[in-house]
Amino acid sequence: MERIPILKMGPFLLVTIQVDLYDRLALNLENDLISMVSQTGARGVLIDISAVSIVDSFMGRILGNIASMSRIMDAETVVVGMQPAVAITLVELGLTLQGVYTALNVEKGMELLNKKLGSDLAQDEDEEDDQDDRDE
Amino acid sequence: MIVMSKDTMEIVREQDVVPFRNRVREFCTRIGMSLVNQTKLITAASELVRNMLKYANGGEVLLEIVSQNAKTGVRLTFTDQGPGISDIALAMRDGFSTGRSLGLGLPGTKRLVNEFDLKSQPGQGTTVTVIHWKHGR
Repeated sequence: MERIPILKMGPFLLVTIQVDLYDRLALNLENDLISMVSQTGARGVLIDISAVSIVDSFMGRILGNIASMSRIMDAETVVVGMQPAVAITLVELGLTLQGVYTALNVEKGMELLNKKLGSDLAQDEDEEDDQDDRDE
Repeated sequence: MIVMSKDTMEIVREQDVVPFRNRVREFCTRIGMSLVNQTKLITAASELVRNMLKYANGGEVLLEIVSQNAKTGVRLTFTDQGPGISDIALAMRDGFSTGRSLGLGLPGTKRLVNEFDLKSQPGQGTTVTVIHWKHGR
């Protein structure tokens, strides 16, 4: 069965959607991604939709689902590369992709994920520092 | 209204959706519709065929290039033999769905196209007609 490849890059998972998604394919992607997050302990998911010309409410719901499911699994999702015409259409359709982080391109998306991960790590360190302070 | 060219497509399976969208795109490019307007119409069409598959197990779509008052556009007519819609006003409301979806399909579709017409009676099936003009108005 046709599947969309998921690449692991450091603590992140990378997905580039190059074909027009039909429902089965989109649902498979949702399942595969969530299992990959669980298997690899990934902290971020980056979905590149720059080659997708149509995002309808079903596809939008899948993107939203992926983001909420990953969040529960302690990973952030960034959708990158949305075409302007798709953005215009989505908003008129009434789908604002709430809870989904977006970035203009893969580079900016990676930056965003790194920043999110970085601030998480910094917080952990702060907590450790606090403990060190107390020890002294 | 003058019909300049037409074609019909049967939609019976999920896999028919992508070829159908490509067919709509072909009609849009044939009249030189801009990318944003193409995207709006194809997205609307995608929502409507999805409804047709989900609630009526499929149906038929008539694709036409039409012309009226020096305007050219694409008209799509979706016909199914499904259960029909008992309360059209309710079905057109944002956020309402009998099928556990987001309920954006019909009202959202109406916002995306220039002309939208829905005819339905319980037990008699549903016909939805949409028109999108070349320049989006």
